[in-house]
Amino acid sequence: MSRLRLIGRLVARDLRNRPGQAVLMLLAITAATATLTLGLVLHGVTSQPYQQTRAATRGPDELAYLGSPLASPGPRATGSALRKLVRAQAAALAGAPGVTGTSGPYPLAGALVRANGLTAGAEAEGRDETPARVDQPRLTAGSWVRPGGVVLERTFAAGLGADVGDRITLNGRPYTVTGIAVTAAHPPYPNLCYYGGGGCLAGPPGNDSPRDIGLIWLTRPDALALATPANPVTAYVLDLRLRDPAGAEAFANRYELGDAATEVVPWTGIAAADGLLVQDEQQVLNAGAWLATLLAIASVAVLAGGRMTERTRRVGLLKAAGGSPGLVAATLMAENLVLALAAAATGLVIGWLAAPLLTSPGAALVGTPGAPSLTGPAAGLVLAVALAVALAATLVPAIRAARGSTVGALADAPRPPRRRPRLLAMSRRLPVPLLLGMRLVARRPRRAVLGAANIAITMAGVVAVLTFHATAGQRINGGGSGLSDPVYNRDEQVLLVITVTLLALAGLNAIVTAWTTMLDTRHPAALARALGATPRDVAAGLTAAQLLPALPGALLGIPLGLGLFAAADHGGLLTVPPAWWLAVAVLAVLAAVAGLAAIPARVGARRPAAGILQAETA
Amino acid sequence: MTEDAALLSCRGLRKDYGKDAGLVRAVDGVDLDVAAGETVAIMGPSGCGKSTLLHLLGGLDRPASGEVRLAGRRLDQMSERALARLRQDSVGFVFQAFHLMDELTAVENVELPALLAGRPARAARRRATELIERVGLAERARFLPAALSGGQRQRVAIARALANEPHVVLADEPTGNLDSAATLEVLRLFESLHAAGQTLVIVTHDSRIAATADRMISMRDGVFIDETRLTGGSRGGLGALAGLEGLS
Repeated sequence: MSRLRLIGRLVARDLRNRPGQAVLMLLAITAATATLTLGLVLHGVTSQPYQQTRAATRGPDELAYLGSPLASPGPRATGSALRKLVRAQAAALAGAPGVTGTSGPYPLAGALVRANGLTAGAEAEGRDETPARVDQPRLTAGSWVRPGGVVLERTFAAGLGADVGDRITLNGRPYTVTGIAVTAAHPPYPNLCYYGGGGCLAGPPGNDSPRDIGLIWLTRPDALALATPANPVTAYVLDLRLRDPAGAEAFANRYELGDAATEVVPWTGIAAADGLLVQDEQQVLNAGAWLATLLAIASVAVLAGGRMTERTRRVGLLKAAGGSPGLVAATLMAENLVLALAAAATGLVIGWLAAPLLTSPGAALVGTPGAPSLTGPAAGLVLAVALAVALAATLVPAIRAARGSTVGALADAPRPPRRRPRLLAMSRRLPVPLLLGMRLVARRPRRAVLGAANIAITMAGVVAVLTFHATAGQRINGGGSGLSDPVYNRDEQVLLVITVTLLALAGLNAIVTAWTTMLDTRHPAALARALGATPRDVAAGLTAAQLLPALPGALLGIPLGLGLFAAADHGGLLTVPPAWWLAVAVLAVLAAVAGLAAIPARVGARRPAAGILQAETA
Repeated sequence: MTEDAALLSCRGLRKDYGKDAGLVRAVDGVDLDVAAGETVAIMGPSGCGKSTLLHLLGGLDRPASGEVRLAGRRLDQMSERALARLRQDSVGFVFQAFHLMDELTAVENVELPALLAGRPARAARRRATELIERVGLAERARFLPAALSGGQRQRVAIARALANEPHVVLADEPTGNLDSAATLEVLRLFESLHAAGQTLVIVTHDSRIAATADRMISMRDGVFIDETRLTGGSRGGLGALAGLEGLS
């Protein structure tokens, strides 16, 4: 017990004596845990608004697409044959056990929409002018359908930039937008065609992009009038109310593959498709969280190394006073674990508080997401990651310090540097700053590798963002249609958060690494000055020591970033950003490293050389 | 000796550490003239300010007041950059703790000042090799400092101090970390430097070392309290005077 109390007292004193380092370490781990928390709390964020929308729109428990069954051979039924088939299918489903109400069937027509100079596809659903008992879209503006007047689904309207009273054309016919509404019967634009087993049954003519399709309601005659011999109506949709909504999936499985319908989609499938709005966002946050975690490990490793450098004498004193290697290692590790615990708690709170900024339900749903749910396992995972970061970064330096020579530690002897003959030989022919920089790199190759990894991870994040923008222009953002895509907008928002987090962490790492290098090289730097190097030479050398590993790191980050994007995009086709974007990114990252490293480098180079050399002698 | 004839001189040199009640006057109004080719020993107890004086003379530290001249140039008014250039070209330092780079071999340590001065790598290596031979370590040129004895390390440090053919070599307790045999090695080296006309200022608290100089100055509490002109240095019998001859 007294041993624990002693460790506790030593940890408390040390943290109080060096608050700056403690804060830096806290910041590094907090950034990673907050990002991870954000990714975790996005799970199920749209479920509550979906339920609220379902209640407000009398949302169906089952959506049945009627027409030629997928298994039937030959061309799909159209015209009177289709109407006859649909009547029979609708009657069969309405009389099915467990069905308590229906609306429809409503004809579905494919249409090409032109509005505000933009072109997109639409699934046009022919509705009655009177409200339906099941699935009556909730108007958020304007009025319900009337002859020559259409209602747009709210996210689609936002994408088109259309409002009530605007004139649009469907397959070249003019219509007026009479209203804007939300529904729980279909996932919103741009995911209308991404649910259940199907996609859109009424594809617009001449539009191949399944993303660029929105939902429009209009009167039945208007919907049927959109059909052409080349693009006939082939499907109707029937909304079903079940006695037991929880049995919706079983109902869908029972009827989907028979002759009763082309496709039957349970409300749970629609709810899941609604979640697609935040799915990409969640994937980006999760990938970003792991990148931030890797950077945090790099930060903490460098910080822990720096803290050990400053604590060499303290370790010697502890051991000389009878402290066992175990006690020394435990004390050094306990400090970092305490900080990791505090950082995990801070990260959880920040992530939980910041989540509402990223978890708005979007225009497709009414209602609010409520408080993001942070489950016990999610909190446990965040805590475990924080502790793992601290443990991974400090275990080796703590054991090394505990096992090292007591006499050497008391003399504050620096860890013997590595000798890299090839690097030393190369450096002889370089200008003084590069000579000093390369020799500093050669002294501590592991730190250089860590620095390169730091930049590679950061650059990977930056390249992933650039690739997102390059690819989005080609694919996500409507294949050139110019429609504002809410998924793209949300991804862009979250990518910005991740990028800022990664850049902040990388900046922190650059400063910490330069600071640690400066502390570790105070003796050789002072000696170089005694031998004639100017403070500017020394500062430039310290900066060069950060830039030399940063260059390969930045270059390595390019393929890593492309790979990261491809992995997050599940192997979708990516567009490699233009070479000049990548070149500018590499140069900007290197300039940032140089700028940030210059601060501690200048401070270090201005320390009086005589004092350092005299202290080493004493 | 007049100030004009001195290679290295200082007037009213002062250096303070701390302030108010904690003020320590490490160097307190020191005047000194060192002629070209002369060996001057400054001795005194630990903490008397002799190392600080040496750092001020070499431009490694700045005085609170007073002036320092080396080869006619005022050091105390120079920029850091100019001081660095001066240390490259005109001053060689030898430290008690050797201050060799652990990861560099003997010859790489010796060539370092030349490389820092921007000399071509080949010329720097050629000069370093000559100096390593001159200090009797040709066979150990490619050894790391950890594989050298204390005396050998200090000989490497002296060779390094000579790399850029400085006007003056400033040695701070050069034998402070050495045993008697190693002390003799270093003394013989200084003897040869002296014979070759190298100007030397040696700070020491060992009277045997001080006795080998042309002049011995005693220092206490930051001021010179005594100066003695000796003949040992000019006669070249350093080892004998130091009482270390029998150890060879």
